[in-house]
Amino acid sequence: MTTALPREADPAEITAQHAQLTRTWGTGQSLFERLATVDHKIVARRYVITAFVFFVLAGVLALLMRIQLAQPDSHLIDPDRYNQLFTMHGTTMMFLFAVPIMEAIAVYLVPLMCGTRNISFPRLNAFSYWVFLFGGVMIWIAFLMNAGPETGWFSYVPLAGPEYSPGKRTDFWAQMVTFTEVAALAVAVELIATILKQRAPGMTLARMPLFLWAMLVTSFMVIIAMPAVMLASSFLIADRLIGTHFFNPVEGGDALLWQHLFWFFGHPEVYIIFLPALGMVSSIVITFARRTIFAYTLMVLALVTTGLLAFGLWVHHMFATGLPHLGSSFYTAASMMIAIPSGMQIFAWIATLWDGKPRFMTPLLFVIGFIVIFVLGGLTGVMLASVPLDLQLHDTYFVVAHFHYVLIGGAVFPLFAAFYYWFPKFTGRKLSERLGRWNFWLFFIGFNVTFFPMHILGLAGMPRRVYTYADGLGWESLNLLSTLGALMIGASVLLFIVNAARSLKQGEPAGDNPWGASTLEWATSSPPPPYNFMHIPVVTGREALWQPEPRQVLEGLSPAHREVLCTSALAAVPDIRQHSAEPSIWPFWTAIATAIWFIASIFDARAVLWGSLPVAVCLIAWMWPTPPRVLQQRTAP
Amino acid sequence: MKPRIVGDVSSLPDAAFSHRSLIWWGVLGFILIEGTVFVLAGGAYFFLMNHSTPWPPHRVPPELLLGTCFTVLMMLSEIPNVWADRAAHGEHLRQTRIGLALMTLIGLALMVIRYFEFQTLNVSWDDNAYGSIVWALLFLHTVHLVTDWVDTLVLTVFAHMHDLERTHFSDVADNCLYWHFVAIAWLPIYALLYWVPRMMK
Repeated sequence: MTTALPREADPAEITAQHAQLTRTWGTGQSLFERLATVDHKIVARRYVITAFVFFVLAGVLALLMRIQLAQPDSHLIDPDRYNQLFTMHGTTMMFLFAVPIMEAIAVYLVPLMCGTRNISFPRLNAFSYWVFLFGGVMIWIAFLMNAGPETGWFSYVPLAGPEYSPGKRTDFWAQMVTFTEVAALAVAVELIATILKQRAPGMTLARMPLFLWAMLVTSFMVIIAMPAVMLASSFLIADRLIGTHFFNPVEGGDALLWQHLFWFFGHPEVYIIFLPALGMVSSIVITFARRTIFAYTLMVLALVTTGLLAFGLWVHHMFATGLPHLGSSFYTAASMMIAIPSGMQIFAWIATLWDGKPRFMTPLLFVIGFIVIFVLGGLTGVMLASVPLDLQLHDTYFVVAHFHYVLIGGAVFPLFAAFYYWFPKFTGRKLSERLGRWNFWLFFIGFNVTFFPMHILGLAGMPRRVYTYADGLGWESLNLLSTLGALMIGASVLLFIVNAARSLKQGEPAGDNPWGASTLEWATSSPPPPYNFMHIPVVTGREALWQPEPRQVLEGLSPAHREVLCTSALAAVPDIRQHSAEPSIWPFWTAIATAIWFIASIFDARAVLWGSLPVAVCLIAWMWPTPPRVLQQRTAP
Repeated sequence: MKPRIVGDVSSLPDAAFSHRSLIWWGVLGFILIEGTVFVLAGGAYFFLMNHSTPWPPHRVPPELLLGTCFTVLMMLSEIPNVWADRAAHGEHLRQTRIGLALMTLIGLALMVIRYFEFQTLNVSWDDNAYGSIVWALLFLHTVHLVTDWVDTLVLTVFAHMHDLERTHFSDVADNCLYWHFVAIAWLPIYALLYWVPRMMK
């Protein structure tokens, strides 16, 4: 360390440091080490795969519903089972797939894009995954035992209340919400701390990649929105289990309180899913247009504005509940206004592609698919923001068409783009481009064949959530067409799975930066080593890797123990060498104790009290401070 | 091309206080989450109040005595809390130990008062929606009180077992920050539970 700076990294030193850093940061093969790991990449990989499994399971439920609806008067599935199918489909897609997978990809990418060695709170991150997993498994086991929720993904009272939904079904739903929101909130805090405090030196806020901006805004939205649904579901389960009256009008409660709390979460939720997707799209557009983003500052402002406006829209889900007219007008205006920042971003991407030298590879194809479909979904959104039309179309298939255009267009297409784009970083190999094109076109055509007819079905009066319909209403052929489209989507997803499985073994080796991209995750090997970066990168411009060579780095973080560099929140000036948590089995045990706590309280209300004791014991073991003796050994030369 | 090493960070400190420390940001994040929960629960209180006259439905508000005792003690606890926070920032071991022990005892006293406070609400959670939201608010605050008390207890035990390094002093300071939140969050809840019903009578 005494050599004069600047200097070039010495190859012998690099080899020695690699070995030492791998020992410090690596995760072994034993079961214990796997359960105790706090490597953000390993946790994120599990998170992505688990969420994708839930996506496939919810997709299978959708196919079952489409097969049921393919012809009139079908009795393949009985009404009760059908109610569980659409409830589990929506619940799984929203709570177990959409939000978790966006956060999971961020858990993988954010530390790499920041140029740091691990996420801010690695043990909390591990805990988050286990809690998410246990919550998802719980509700799916309940479903398979015919105790799946049946009151829709937003579980309106009084239908979901103790009178009309007896048994344990809705209780499982309410606790599933608690599981997943605990997981999501934990990740949001980690991401905010990582983005604000662990950015590479020189990466000022004004040089932050748009994906980081998107995740920062999203994480704040999670923090403001998710508590609402946790509170609502706690009120609901209390009404059901211990006789409170939050939603019982006879004793002074009000069913609309549920709707307000739920949609105060539920509408921002859409943007919580959508904003990370926008960040992904920006990354991909920049790379494949091979130029910097058009109007960076406006793009950042658009993200922030969307995040703020998203909290002013929730009442547009409640136009049919008889609210005062003035209120409705306000929410109509806000709902239309949010189209402005979304539209601005779309123009900026088009301008970037227009002025760049676009390479039309699979990630970009999915991005273009996103733009087309999302704009269509946005247009029907503006239509639904108008109260008279909303009243006419409320609870019809038009709404189903609208939100699938927005959510699949706005999140799943960017997500597939992201899979193709970052798969080489995750695995070291590229996905097959040929299968990718099949994947895209099957999905794009299948999607439109499935959901476009639903607009017409809705206008023709077909209500949502009916398990069957009578012959002769004129809905037959469009429903059959929609089912054929759904089978195409199924085939497309299957093709993606085949592509991923094959490419893992036989894919073309990717190298560090196969697309010539500009963000820091491409500055390390693919897949990245356990310690992410041997030297901490220094950022000298907005597109970090497109700055003149050689790349600048810093040395001085210990290779012998876990340290990350903290920088100042705005200007990213190096400040302290922060210790990063070692692996620990306690987040796992805490998650087990939490699962027992949450599930037991469904069956015995007193478990709310006694169930917290094991959680407290596990938390103390997890958080017990490192004694000074150990600290001194660590810092000794 | 090989990277160029342009600087060395090995001389930077390995711990710091307040916004320079990562943990502080985590604590702030959780304060924001829980603050949102309190705000929303308060919103639910007013929402339900608008749907029910009189408020409380049986016209008997909670007894003032214990709730007010709790409030006074909670506010007074800010004095040793600020003192402990300063001791931690100054890295004074003995004062930090005393401050932590004091805060543990005060927390214990507050929990005892809280236990009896639940019994002077003059309503049960299953009487009506008013009772439900009153119990919910008090329960939510109690969860925070107990959580922070356990955290304080752990730090107290640890501080008396070991000498402390800067990173531990920083933990103590973050714990003091969280106590500020628990104390300040109580004031609007106190007003909602004890004074709004009296004003609405």
